[in-house]
Amino acid sequence: MKLETEVDQHVSTSHDVVLRARNVTVEYGGEMPTRAVRNVSIDLRRGEILGIAGESGCGKSTLAFALTRLLRPPATMVGGTVEFLPSSGGAPIDLMALGPRELRAFRWSKISMVFQAAMNSLNPVTSLRRQFSDMFLAHDPSMTSDECEQRSCELLEMVGIKSERLNGFAFELSGGMRQRVGIAMALALRPEVVIMDEPTTALDVVVQRDILEEIFGIREQLGFSIIFITHDLPMLVEVSDRLAIMYAGEIVETAPSTLIGDDPAHPYTMGLQNSCPDLRGERAPLVGIPGSPPDLRFRIKGCSFAPRCAFAFAPCHEVHPLLTTPMGSVRGVVDAGNPSLVKIRPSSVDRLAVDEWRVACHLHDALPSEAEMSHDSEEVAVTGVERS
Amino acid sequence: MSVLEVRNLSIEFAQHRGKKFRAVDNVSFSLEAGRTLALVGESGSGKSTIARTLSRLMSPTSGELFLHGEKVGRRGSATRTYRRSVQMVFQDPFASLNPAFSVDHHLRRPLAIHGQKKAGMTDAIHNLLRSVNLTPAEVIANKFPHELSGGQRQRVAIARALAPQPEVILADEPVSMLDVSVRLEILNLLESIKRDRNLAILYITHDLATARHFSDEILVMFRGEIVERGRTDDVILAPAHPYTKLLANSVPSRSTKGKVVAATTAREMGNEVIADDAERSESFATTGCPFRYRCPSAMDICRDLPEEVSVGDSHRVRCWLHIPAHREK
Repeated sequence: MKLETEVDQHVSTSHDVVLRARNVTVEYGGEMPTRAVRNVSIDLRRGEILGIAGESGCGKSTLAFALTRLLRPPATMVGGTVEFLPSSGGAPIDLMALGPRELRAFRWSKISMVFQAAMNSLNPVTSLRRQFSDMFLAHDPSMTSDECEQRSCELLEMVGIKSERLNGFAFELSGGMRQRVGIAMALALRPEVVIMDEPTTALDVVVQRDILEEIFGIREQLGFSIIFITHDLPMLVEVSDRLAIMYAGEIVETAPSTLIGDDPAHPYTMGLQNSCPDLRGERAPLVGIPGSPPDLRFRIKGCSFAPRCAFAFAPCHEVHPLLTTPMGSVRGVVDAGNPSLVKIRPSSVDRLAVDEWRVACHLHDALPSEAEMSHDSEEVAVTGVERS
Repeated sequence: MSVLEVRNLSIEFAQHRGKKFRAVDNVSFSLEAGRTLALVGESGSGKSTIARTLSRLMSPTSGELFLHGEKVGRRGSATRTYRRSVQMVFQDPFASLNPAFSVDHHLRRPLAIHGQKKAGMTDAIHNLLRSVNLTPAEVIANKFPHELSGGQRQRVAIARALAPQPEVILADEPVSMLDVSVRLEILNLLESIKRDRNLAILYITHDLATARHFSDEILVMFRGEIVERGRTDDVILAPAHPYTKLLANSVPSRSTKGKVVAATTAREMGNEVIADDAERSESFATTGCPFRYRCPSAMDICRDLPEEVSVGDSHRVRCWLHIPAHREK
């Protein structure tokens, strides 16, 4: 465990960071505590869209809740710090140190959130007008009802909903419109950071595309930073600047999203990408990721992905890999003719040359040996794992 | 040869004040043995209503079903024969299995109802579980749904559908509730079962990408109408109907990477939010092309519903743009 904290020194600090999390660990208490987020360090830069991808249960939503201090028992943040660096300069705000009143003032005005079930995050029994004014008055009791109304109308228009809807109720709106209202509310107090937890998962593709464009259009105007959480990797690759891939409560790879989309370094990222077939891609045998994620109630020895990984070799089962710069310019490829076979090929990208590519995988501990990357055979079969 | 044929199927729901809501309008298609037909469209387009009608959980307002060329009757015995041949896999494996009963029970019932003798029952159950790669079958059979993962539960649901040895499987969003990493395994399983047993599969989904990779033919629905149909690659790679184009452009794709505001955005494609009530109810009007309110190339003639026209080998579209006499207007 001690080793894991070394991650710290590798995280770049040269950029203009707005939210800085260090070694965040979250536990769901109980007889056998579940460590849903383990030693996650992450930097969100000003104006950036940071995507966090992973399958259900990997801790991505828990991390989002931890970053906003919204965790509710039995979840508790047992370690780590979250700091917010205001754009006005001034001292970083340590979220963990905020008292109840400060926290109440801080939340939503500095960091707001668009929730996964935005359809259900609106109050069904009060009008939208009431919900908007509740929010404004909680943060600024001096606002008059006219001001509230004016701001609310502006916000609704901004997300493409007619302002007459202000007197309406949530049930009168379609799913996409409710999600728009959720976004309008998240932006109401002009926060510097908006965390979006699967904002479009329950929507149709056409509505999803519409809302994504709405979000990024508004972001161009207002210039806030976004943490975008979803399991839809192709979408994330398209919309985000930087990607962090989470597995079993840890970040296993982070990189600029344009590069990670072409050439993922971590076998889990590869698997996740293969799980989302490309609409216009070639029709080839597709494989998911066999097996299921580990039980986080138990202590994990070695790499948490090793039991499902086709590339796993000796150290993977023993030594926990650190999130560091990948050394080997290799990439794995699933053999189209024989989906049970996984190969290693030279990568087209020199990952060493890319600033801040980080991966937690023993495959990238060192440059591959001559034998692995011999000139005559550019492909080396690593292992043939039986897949069902 | 077609196993199940649907002719002129229409389904209406009663609304208040005696108004009718037409969920499915005059839809015809057929399912062939060993082939997968994908039915795609947005929520509310009538996909699931079709599946519910085909599984005879609902009766159609009009239209006929033909099983192996014979008209399916409404009598109880006809329904039983029909249900043996046509089975369904539902969307939510958390809801479609009874939490109070073991996996064994879930498979024993359909086997017993469709004539499995008690003697070989346990073996039959284990064989079913093995056929969906749930091993060790003896252990899984004694488990309860809550002890299984989502993917395993959906495998049980597939095993249950296979129990009466059906010829047609209606899979209504079989993977949308599952984790991304297990979706492909379930789809690959359906694919291999289809090949082994020469099944006809109706794959209902809103996910265009998996429809592309796991189907032979595709039907695109919009508000109860089939607007485009054809071989999967023809429809996805060269969509003819404006709605299909909009759908295909909306899907995040590696080929559109980094172009959030792509040249043909949803908005430019005319997909404005229909916020006005009057507009909304009018847009559900029963006459004319249902897509005309959102269509960037809507014309006057679109007030009438166009005929389905051929735009290529077995690729058909229902749009005035493809009817030569009206293309210029």
